[in-house]
Amino acid sequence: MPRVVVDVMPKDEILDPQGRAVHGALRRLGFDGVADVRQGKRFELTIDDVSHEALAEVRRIAETLLSNPVIESFAVRVEDGR
Amino acid sequence: MGVRPVSQASVAFWPMTDRHVDTVELAAASPDLPQPWAELGLRDDEYERIRTILGRRPTGCELAMYSVMWSEHCSYKSSRVHLRRFAELPQETPLGKTLAGIGENAGVIDIGQGWAVTFKMESHNHPSYVEPYQGAATGVGGIVRDILAMGARPVAVMDSLRFGPLDAPDTVRVMTGIVAGVGGYGNCLGLPNIGGEVAFDETYAGNPLVNALCVGVLRHEQLHTAHASGAGNLVLLYGARTGGDGIGGVSVLASETFTTAGDGLSGGPTKRPSVQVGDPFMEKLLIECTLELFAEGLVSGIQDLGGAGLSCATSELASAGDGGMRVRLDQVPLRDSSLAPEEILMSESQERMMAVVEPQHVERFLAVCARWEVEATVVGEVTTGNRLVVSWSEQTVVDVPPRTVAHDGPAYERPIARPAEQDALQADAAERLPRPRTGAELRATLLRMVASPSCADKSWVTNQYDRYVRGNTVLAPPADAGVVRVDEQTGLGVAVATDGNGRFARLDPYAGAQLALAEACRNVAVSGARPLAVTDCLNFGSPEDQAVMWQFERAVQGLTDGCRALGLPVTGGNVSFYNQTGDTPILPTPVVGVLGVLPDVARRVTPHFRFAGQAIWSLGDTRDELSGSQWALVEHGHLGGLPPVVDLRAERALVELLWQSADAGVLAAAHDVSDGGLVLTLVESCLRHGVGACVRLPAGVDPTVALFAESAGRAVVAVAPADEQRFAELAAAHAVPCARIGVVTGADPEPTILLEDLFSVSLAELRTAWEATLPAAMHGEATARPRRAGGSEPAAV
Repeated sequence: MPRVVVDVMPKDEILDPQGRAVHGALRRLGFDGVADVRQGKRFELTIDDVSHEALAEVRRIAETLLSNPVIESFAVRVEDGR
Repeated sequence: MGVRPVSQASVAFWPMTDRHVDTVELAAASPDLPQPWAELGLRDDEYERIRTILGRRPTGCELAMYSVMWSEHCSYKSSRVHLRRFAELPQETPLGKTLAGIGENAGVIDIGQGWAVTFKMESHNHPSYVEPYQGAATGVGGIVRDILAMGARPVAVMDSLRFGPLDAPDTVRVMTGIVAGVGGYGNCLGLPNIGGEVAFDETYAGNPLVNALCVGVLRHEQLHTAHASGAGNLVLLYGARTGGDGIGGVSVLASETFTTAGDGLSGGPTKRPSVQVGDPFMEKLLIECTLELFAEGLVSGIQDLGGAGLSCATSELASAGDGGMRVRLDQVPLRDSSLAPEEILMSESQERMMAVVEPQHVERFLAVCARWEVEATVVGEVTTGNRLVVSWSEQTVVDVPPRTVAHDGPAYERPIARPAEQDALQADAAERLPRPRTGAELRATLLRMVASPSCADKSWVTNQYDRYVRGNTVLAPPADAGVVRVDEQTGLGVAVATDGNGRFARLDPYAGAQLALAEACRNVAVSGARPLAVTDCLNFGSPEDQAVMWQFERAVQGLTDGCRALGLPVTGGNVSFYNQTGDTPILPTPVVGVLGVLPDVARRVTPHFRFAGQAIWSLGDTRDELSGSQWALVEHGHLGGLPPVVDLRAERALVELLWQSADAGVLAAAHDVSDGGLVLTLVESCLRHGVGACVRLPAGVDPTVALFAESAGRAVVAVAPADEQRFAELAAAHAVPCARIGVVTGADPEPTILLEDLFSVSLAELRTAWEATLPAAMHGEATARPRRAGGSEPAAV
């Protein structure tokens, strides 16, 4: 069955305390080459088919539950089903 | 007038593109350039006034500064003429002169033994509707920094919350997010949340109220205030980097265009979000770092960055000092390098502070910041003269007299008119509504009352807050007031309570404000503390509505007169206007916070009955007062009539009796009588320790009135039999009417509240009804999932 991936990220302008914490930890561990870290989350939805309507539904899901559109952006993409 | 506002709503806000900076020189050379002053919330006469002050058109940066600083939120332009009354009160608590009063970030009062306390309440209503979790979280963060800027260590927070009806479609989203945000930020910061309130009304459905209070303590000698004195001193910005968050939050969110603001909800292509994301771990570092900077004497002046960000901090610091200030905006550390100078000035990025430091201390200042991993940067200096000059890439983008930005903004005498329908509203008295007659009817009424949202158990909310972190919490919900110990050696402590009743204030805003004040005082006094000072958060609709302005004026006058009669100063507070959905304003909601002192917290009194045999006394007079009550709401969905009579002499006598009786050690329990009336007070006092009560109501009083009336100036106390004589003497000495109405009973065969000749109801049945309401409405959210600290919360469903 096809799989749809929804990537959710804090909007660029929004402070990302988690990414900041990871970045701070990297520096403490000696990984100096990283200029910035931003942390998001990834959802994998297995759906019946990848019709236009189904993807529109996934976008609605992403808008409603998976992301907080006030402070986060999301991207939907189809992965090859296995 | 030769200048027209740019009218397209989505036009780029700034007259110049990112590549061209609008300098003072350019502004002088292009007087007729159209500027978006109307979009920024300025009126045409305000814009003209800016031009007059500057003798030219403002630059984009200057327009940004004036527009945010002259917004209602920052300038108090509609409320200032009324708030002056607070300043006319004697700046004196029952223990002596205030150490810092209105006008500073927060008032500071002496609590004895060399200790001082600062406390203040502030609203974060609009942001908490747009983004409940972060809006509420940053509300907590903002008030904590206010307290910190006084040189005090924040020791506790409280939150007064109001939501739409529990069953309204959006309430679960808003309430879940706000409560989680308050808890998430405060818990991560390591500050106990020691109380507050939760109330519901349909007018809050599209406009919740989040009023956050913080208490800080300091030794007298540690008091610091915001001044930028001394030419040559350096200006440092420290804390989080400046990003694009919250731009326009102040001028747009807190003004009339709220519903159409670029908040991301309207789906428009918003370039910058108007919400801010907080980082409580950064704030914790900021607290510890700032207190160390104070302790080492490295700070000459300090200001937190809240609403209006750098615009506010630079202009307020500069105008509070005796010189001018020069700021190099390109030195400000950025999270997003694409920010324009106007945006940097308006950004409301959280967890930032600005300090004025003598040159010889700068190296040490930077070292302390580095130790706490707090970024600190010299961004300017104090200058001779009286101008605030801001540069960007060596070009002057702001050159203004700072007072005109920070303190001499517009002030309006808004038209005031008592609404025509007020008479009809007051004539529609709840005392005429049908009342329960039989014992069975009264019993059923009580069970519906305890399950009503405003009376029901609030554990679903308070269990999400850490109430005991820092180890000094003495009383926390469900106590009437929060109590924290200040001095571990002597037991010196403070008690704080917040109260407000929008229903009473709607019926009579003058009396409503006094009832809120009186209730908060009572809640402090039943805890055993002596009330000392008042902070307030005045939440109202649009000041451009004459009826709202009438409510506001009456409430301020009521609060002022109330404070004078009770001998308490108002040490600070906040006004929030434009709380409305469409044209419908919220109930006028003056929320009052009262702080009191306990010389030894071991003498604190809880509201809870504990042992069978304790006598139950009722204090104060009960009148035929049902209008505005919870009974009228729950049983009849009714709001009309006149609120309970306010007798400030009686309130004062009751308060004195309560704290002196606690001090004398004769009170086993004491609980304020308010929402739901006497019987709700009894129920709450019994439920905690699972004891019963056997009560005989006074003869000749209608049982509905005796049980459910919300007459002010009342409390219920439990007294051990051995202390009854002494208590009765104290009550007589204070001329407080009192009556022994019953006795605490044990758990055999089961704890029961028995109202003689009327009905009895088991505690188990009451508890089931009382506890079920909030968890059921939150759809099983009672078992709240762990929440990530400071992270973004998915929109609740």
